[in-house]
Amino acid sequence: MLAKALAIAIGAIGPGLGIGFIGAKAMEAIGRNPEATGKILVPMLLIAAFAEAIAIYALVIAFSIK
Amino acid sequence: MSQVAEQASISETHEEIIHENTLFAEPIAHLGNFPITNSMLNTWLVLVIVIILAIIIKKNLKTVPRGLQNGLEMIVEGFLGIFDSVTGSRQKSLKFAPLVLAFFFFILLNNWSGILPGVGSIGQIALHDGEKIFIPYFRGGTADLNTTLALATIGVVISHVLGVLVIGWWNYLNKFINLKAFIEIPKKVIKDPTVLLVNPIKAFVGLVEIIGEAAKIASLSFRLFGNVFAGEVLLASMAAVLAWGVPIPFLFLEILVGLIQALIFAMLILTYLTINTTAEEH
Repeated sequence: MLAKALAIAIGAIGPGLGIGFIGAKAMEAIGRNPEATGKILVPMLLIAAFAEAIAIYALVIAFSIK
Repeated sequence: MSQVAEQASISETHEEIIHENTLFAEPIAHLGNFPITNSMLNTWLVLVIVIILAIIIKKNLKTVPRGLQNGLEMIVEGFLGIFDSVTGSRQKSLKFAPLVLAFFFFILLNNWSGILPGVGSIGQIALHDGEKIFIPYFRGGTADLNTTLALATIGVVISHVLGVLVIGWWNYLNKFINLKAFIEIPKKVIKDPTVLLVNPIKAFVGLVEIIGEAAKIASLSFRLFGNVFAGEVLLASMAAVLAWGVPIPFLFLEILVGLIQALIFAMLILTYLTINTTAEEH
């Protein structure tokens, strides 16, 4: 039981920070140049999904531990 | 192992019936020795929908589009624009578009099929090792690791095959074992003696890429499977908390996640295709 909880808890730290950084930089870029919001939005979502995938790997391990 | 088939809603609980989201899709029928799982049933359903849609649109193709054809043309136009930013040329986008859009629509419909009412809740109760468990008849197509693994393998293998077809064997091989680096040593050694040391290393750097290919397959499949499966478990848990109202924001989240994951899968396949079909410039 503890293993499952630890697996997902520790595994979600990295992606959480990563997505935070991505969002922060994206917000900064939009603040400098509000017209480019559309161009910044799509790559930001894409990269956020990559970072989230790492958390999903940890989640799958958490599910498969008995 | 006896099977008692009845609607889940009328099951009595004088014995505990286990409702659990298993990692593996459960088989619900057998064709000889071949098990048919509930995810497979869903993928067949999606196939039928896609084929019927395709036939309907093909039969009523008009030069001035209306209705469904209009909507789809808008979507394809939008996608070609996105593809252009990856491939760099409209011609290449047009060549890759059928494959990548096939991946996109198939995965999108499979992701969304897990949210439909009735999927995951209508099923039968089977006796397994002495305890009754609930086996749903339907389950999201991509919520099964087999489906996503197959899709990822097809995508990566096709990108390599197309790479060989487009740029030829010599260029393709050089991406992994850089023989050009060896051949260039005699030419450049007079001008630049460090070439003697550097180029042999350059020759074998590409070997690590082979491991990278396996990593691509694993990451593609697990990303898609994890997102969809975790969404299913999340919806089930939220419905267990309070079935009226609480799952609504999570349903919206699931719709969004399904769309984004399908988009990411398609874009990644497109990226791999593009990388593999452009010869390395020096």
